[in-house]
Amino acid sequence: MSTINLTLHVWRQSGPNDPGGFKDYQAKGISTHASFLEMLDVVNEELAARGEEPIAFDHDCREGICGMCGMVVNGRPHGPQVETTTCQLHMRQFKDGDEVWIEPWRARSFPVIKDLVVDRSAFDRIIAAGGYISARTGSPRDANEIPIPKEASDLAFEAAACIGCGACVAACPNASAALFTAAKLAHLSLLPQGEPEQQDRVRKMVSQMDAEGFGHCTNHFECMAACPKGISVDYIAKMNRDFLKAMITARTDLPKREKQ
Amino acid sequence: MELRSNEPTGPIEARWDKHRFDMKLVNPANRRKYQVIVVGTGLAGGAAAAALGEQGYHVKAFCYQDSPRRAHSIAAQGGINAAKNYQNDGDSVFRLFYDTVKGGDFRARESNVYRLAQVSVNIIDQCVAQGVPFAREYSGLLANRSFGGAQVSRTFYARGQTGQQLLLGAYQALERQIDAGTVKMFPRTEMLDLIVVDGVARGIVTRDMVTGKVQAHVADVVLLATGGYGNVFFLSTNAKGCNVTASWRAHRRGAFFANPCYTQIHPTCIPVSGAFQSKLTLMSESLRNDGRVWVPKRQEDCGKDPAQIPESERDYYLERIYPSFGNLVPRDIASRRAKNMCDQGMGVGPVVDGARRGVYLDFRDAIQRLGHKAVSERYGNLFDMYERITGESPYTHPMRIYPASHYTMGGLWVDYNLMSTIPGLFVGGEANFSDHGANRLGASALMQGLADGYFVLPYTVGNYLAQVKPGAVAEDHPEVKRVVAEVEERVSRLLSIGGTRSPDSFHRELGQLIWDKCGMSRTAEGLTEALQKIPELREQFWSDLRVTGGGEELNQTLEKAGRVADFFELAELLCRDALTREESCGGHFREEFATEEGEAKRDDEHFQHVAAWQWSGDPSKPNLHQEALSFEYVKPSARSYK
Ligand SMILES: Cc1cc2nc3c(=O)[nH]c(=O)nc-3n(C[C@H](O)[C@H](O)[C@H](O)COP(=O)(O)OP(=O)(O)OC[C@H]3O[C@@H](n4cnc5c(N)ncnc54)[C@H](O)[C@@H]3O)c2cc1C
Ligand code: FES
Repeated sequence: MSTINLTLHVWRQSGPNDPGGFKDYQAKGISTHASFLEMLDVVNEELAARGEEPIAFDHDCREGICGMCGMVVNGRPHGPQVETTTCQLHMRQFKDGDEVWIEPWRARSFPVIKDLVVDRSAFDRIIAAGGYISARTGSPRDANEIPIPKEASDLAFEAAACIGCGACVAACPNASAALFTAAKLAHLSLLPQGEPEQQDRVRKMVSQMDAEGFGHCTNHFECMAACPKGISVDYIAKMNRDFLKAMITARTDLPKREKQ
Repeated sequence: MELRSNEPTGPIEARWDKHRFDMKLVNPANRRKYQVIVVGTGLAGGAAAAALGEQGYHVKAFCYQDSPRRAHSIAAQGGINAAKNYQNDGDSVFRLFYDTVKGGDFRARESNVYRLAQVSVNIIDQCVAQGVPFAREYSGLLANRSFGGAQVSRTFYARGQTGQQLLLGAYQALERQIDAGTVKMFPRTEMLDLIVVDGVARGIVTRDMVTGKVQAHVADVVLLATGGYGNVFFLSTNAKGCNVTASWRAHRRGAFFANPCYTQIHPTCIPVSGAFQSKLTLMSESLRNDGRVWVPKRQEDCGKDPAQIPESERDYYLERIYPSFGNLVPRDIASRRAKNMCDQGMGVGPVVDGARRGVYLDFRDAIQRLGHKAVSERYGNLFDMYERITGESPYTHPMRIYPASHYTMGGLWVDYNLMSTIPGLFVGGEANFSDHGANRLGASALMQGLADGYFVLPYTVGNYLAQVKPGAVAEDHPEVKRVVAEVEERVSRLLSIGGTRSPDSFHRELGQLIWDKCGMSRTAEGLTEALQKIPELREQFWSDLRVTGGGEELNQTLEKAGRVADFFELAELLCRDALTREESCGGHFREEFATEEGEAKRDDEHFQHVAAWQWSGDPSKPNLHQEALSFEYVKPSARSYK
């Protein structure tokens, strides 16, 4: 088994009010089969053995699906490998002697909680604003009564594959949440079940996105490059079209949404 | 205490309808007077919280992740079963019921399983209405596949991300209720204890994982849907945060823990690659539809490049031993056989800790037969995931796989209403013991989670609430304060041990011990040894643990320490239950109770019961209670896959 040694520069910040800064650590004898998070586990065990506080970072499934992990590695959200979450990034992508810079997502709407852990609750509030189909529990009709063309369903699935990690926001120079919001809108509006609420949904979700302080999309498309699920920016164009249409044709005003 | 299942009587197909009619209802105008607590917002808890919120109850919901969208349910790949019979291949509610009872090796309650099969069809309707993008055929109708060796195609799926799509459906329904103000969500909040006043569940004590604040939440009813305890083995396919704390704390307050020894080991996971290993990754069971499992015939070949091993020198052992089921034998059998091969020194892959622990899952023949494109369409994302993790491509190298802890059938004991032995405490999803007996079939956990959450708990919880007065216990009740003080004391105890070892290092050691002695196969000797070692190791934990940092901040070491402490106590119960159950059934295999050919031997005469353990105050001396099981509709028979 081959091993490598790395120099890490890790963002340490004890809490929201601490200005924070980089600290250097040596990661020695790291197996190239280890994942990036396992490399941090090894470093953390050494820190703990010395009585120092381990580096805090979010993670859970370690399978690239829960969207809990996420850090900026050498300037790129989730690191160098395309369509790969931090937990799925493996150390064979690095060379012996490499220097690795590790930072939290940086965005006004994602305040740092500690070290590499940020608060992404703004995403939940965007979904709460309208990212659903109002289907009462217990009384739906038979699932096969609404045939859905396979292409529409496949396209909806591709949008629905978003894991809500926030890499799109971290990658965007404006810290925009357009890709995240557009993906959910596309998932729901491409399906016939989502049609009736479509106009309100786009207005509510976009309004919440703005209230949360996310920046505007100015077509840099860094979001798509950083997205571990390769979600397409085409959905943003669709969201913009749908939003305009809804603003023109909507009959009622919606209450203004606020950051909670 | 007598364990009463409270199942209705009469013809099995009418029991749930009859029961639903007999249950009491809460007047819609009165519902908002009731406070409901739901701990865990995976499929079971998320669905229950959304449904109860929609009915008008005041719901508080809790999870340890930063968002309910990340519960471990999200990782389920393969699919969800439902007896829709859309394929017209002979499926029916009765067949799904029959398969589940038989698959569970006759250790589940028939009435519960029948209800599960019945509501399975509603789940698919509900999910489609919510916009879950299940796979479809060109006709626009829903597609199905056969899964885990089932003889009918009843599994609905959304590529390899079924759990994700189902959970997002439940999460969105939950967020809708949060926006409507019926549900208040507490993410990054961990339940550390249950409040029981005069024998009735009245609330929980939580720790805010960001600020460290320990706090009580009182309620009229408490639902736990906190998932399984597979992480007791340290290495498992579960998410890193999965834990037994909520269930265990409830157990210590009086909820019986049923069948802890029924754990499921999944045969197709990526093998351990080194001492740093933090979790194991499941490769979907569907791979066994086309992959062939083999090891070299000769030990000298085990370290060789597999491409250099000629056909005649390969042992396709599953096809050899089980000619009719071949590579599709049930999970427990496939797992045990892989272990046997490696124990005999025939394992492949790198040497880790002195042994090669892996067998090949080879797609060479499938690629020749179906072509590269067809194989890639079926398994492309799994192959990519495998390559990302191992650095090897399954298109050119056979995959290496080895079994890993995956699911736990055991859990808190519940009656037909999903209520535990503590009145007012309900348990749903993987956290309860209810429907899978000694072995769970593939694609049935998602089904059970959503059945409990959308279709069972919303009724049975309502029935319970209809019989109690709202707001019986206030936050300043002396018992509430006492539990808060106990939790605070425990947290400060963990922080102040001042030893030398991290929680992870203890967890690894415990996990290795349990895996060796109480994993895929068990013996009285090994279990007795484990039962002696666990308390010793636990004592070391409480004297040599080091938790850095403080209690009033985000402290991930502290979180782990609390969870490991509870795993230690559960581990002992797991081994004790395994030692007491002197038979082999489902996921529980005792080497002493096997046929000459090495197959499991059940003992219905002595063990056709649920073992429900009661906390006695001493983790080494729990009290055993039994719920006898009877089979009116599916006659117990030996499982045979030869
Ligand atoms: C890799 C993998 C693949 C699988 N594939 C399939 C499949 O294809 N088909 C199938 O049917 N099943 C599958 N399963 C099994 C299935 O996914 C799970 O059994 C099921 O999703 C469990 O759902 P749940 O709602 O009970 O619990 P979970 O989804 O685990 O949710 C638990 C919830 O409890 C919360 N929680 C836990 N402890 C606490 C605490 N102390 N305080 C507060 N909150 C807490 C968590 O935050 C979370 O919200 C798979 C499992 C794994 C590991
Ligand atoms: S930890 Fe779940 S996506 Fe990385």
